[in-house]
Amino acid sequence: MLEITDLRAGYGGTEVLRGLTLSVGKGEIVAVLGSNGVGKTTLNKVLSGVQPARSGAIRFNGQDIFGASAKTVVSAGLIHVPEGRKIFPNLTILENLELGGYCRPKSARRTNLDKVFSIFPRLKERTTQLAGTMSGGEQQMLAIGRGLMGEPKLLILDEPSLGLSPLLVEEMFTLIRRLSDDGLPIMLVEQNVVQSLELASRAYILENGTVTISGDAAKLKDDPELRRAYLGL
Amino acid sequence: MYSPTIILEALVNGLMLGAVYALIALGLTLIYGVLHIVNFAHGALLTVSMYLVWIGCEYFGLDPYVAILFVTPAMFAIGYFLQRLVIGPASRGSDNGILLVTLGLSIVIQNLLLAGFNSDTRTIVTDYAFGVIPLGPLLLSQPRVIGLAVSVVTAGLLWLVLNRTDIGKAIRAVAKEKLGASLVGIDVAHVYAMTFAIGTACLAIAGGLLMPSFYVSPTTGAAFVLVAFTIVVLGGMGSIPGALIGGLLIGVVEAASSLFLGDSLGQIGIFLIFILVLLFKPTGLFGAR
Ligand SMILES: Nc1ncnc2c1ncn2[C@@H]1O[C@H](COP(=O)(O)OP(=O)(O)O)[C@@H](O)[C@H]1O
Ligand SMILES: [Mg+2]
Repeated sequence: MLEITDLRAGYGGTEVLRGLTLSVGKGEIVAVLGSNGVGKTTLNKVLSGVQPARSGAIRFNGQDIFGASAKTVVSAGLIHVPEGRKIFPNLTILENLELGGYCRPKSARRTNLDKVFSIFPRLKERTTQLAGTMSGGEQQMLAIGRGLMGEPKLLILDEPSLGLSPLLVEEMFTLIRRLSDDGLPIMLVEQNVVQSLELASRAYILENGTVTISGDAAKLKDDPELRRAYLGL
Repeated sequence: MYSPTIILEALVNGLMLGAVYALIALGLTLIYGVLHIVNFAHGALLTVSMYLVWIGCEYFGLDPYVAILFVTPAMFAIGYFLQRLVIGPASRGSDNGILLVTLGLSIVIQNLLLAGFNSDTRTIVTDYAFGVIPLGPLLLSQPRVIGLAVSVVTAGLLWLVLNRTDIGKAIRAVAKEKLGASLVGIDVAHVYAMTFAIGTACLAIAGGLLMPSFYVSPTTGAAFVLVAFTIVVLGGMGSIPGALIGGLLIGVVEAASSLFLGDSLGQIGIFLIFILVLLFKPTGLFGAR
């Protein structure tokens, strides 16, 4: 589905991604884990065409999207729900969702809206509320709903549990499982190592812009090196 | 002292001129609200609009109001490509950079107009320029009544575009959340150019509404835009309702101070308000932050 090979990118003189290779297959939840500042968000920005890469290759669904514009990437069905949600605070919930389908034919909008509302009934109750006045958890739901309006073939979630209460985190991870069960491949970018490994089929651990450990999520959970570095065990 | 009828008549006529000011301010505040740049070329572009209307009347025998129908798409296109090809590419750097670009642009346009039309003032003669429409005991200036009507319709259309169309929603989205907009596939450079184009198209309409009663010379636009800047600050930078209400208010203030202080001091009231707003409510009537 998504294949990234030897990707290099950075800001100005500093290199952040230093030859990163990973892939996400059909039907998978792939966790991309790593502590603050290792380059997870940078990777997502490069993938979605809002940050240029220096070298490497990115293939998505058989299409070369290295250096493609954000619009091309979205149209191809690679949808990125960003860290910090980045919803439109001055627009209503409904307008946020409508813009999620900006690159899709208007004729599909009604069906997609119904689909999103069936996943997030709370959004349906408050379509005219300004998005900026919602709580953090609701904003995260809206951000994902907006992403789903783009008819994703693969969904990138950048720290969806960030800033949520433990209860909401639980709800969020249940939701991700549900989306995956419906057949949507997901690249889950997280700092929340334990819960992400429980959810994911495979995982990559990033350090300093490259993959240091990767493999089956269930096996990684017991990896002594990982336990030492991330779980303090 | 003046009779109440005269005072009321002056204020209503001022309010109607204020509606045209509001249209100019609307373009300015829209561009500021979305692109976060103060467009110093706004005045020069208003002048260009007025010349285009004048050309339509002088050389093609059009009525100035009919000329609006041709000048508006022309100014829309000029605005789009100015942003897309000149201001956008030049503003990759600092904010000061953009400031200098729009300022430089206004100087270039003004000098091109000077070269093309020299500094003579041009006017359009219509048989309704001094026409009046009676409203009860009041005599309302005909071009101003038309100005009010067209401005209200234009503001209404703009509201519809911004709230009911995808491009309008995209414009509002980009104003507050550029990254989020890119990630749903909105082409931010295109949205910027469309915003600039709409702001510039407002000037075409304003130009057509002003031409029956005002002359145009290469510096005319600057005077109007100074008033428009006051309106934008009064209404709150980037606020569209602020621009509309601020415009009407400034029209009334100008009329009142012309009436009581004399025509030559008419604008004193405006700048007094400008200073008072900056001192006591720098975010303006509808300003956020
Ligand atoms: N816009 C930017 N300009 C310069 N440096 C940046 C920018 N964004 C991120 N960085 C730097 O790149 C590195 C990786 O950041 P990021 O991709 O956000 O990491 P993560 O998402 O894993 O926390 C950090 O050192 C960060 O300071
Ligand atoms: Mg991050």
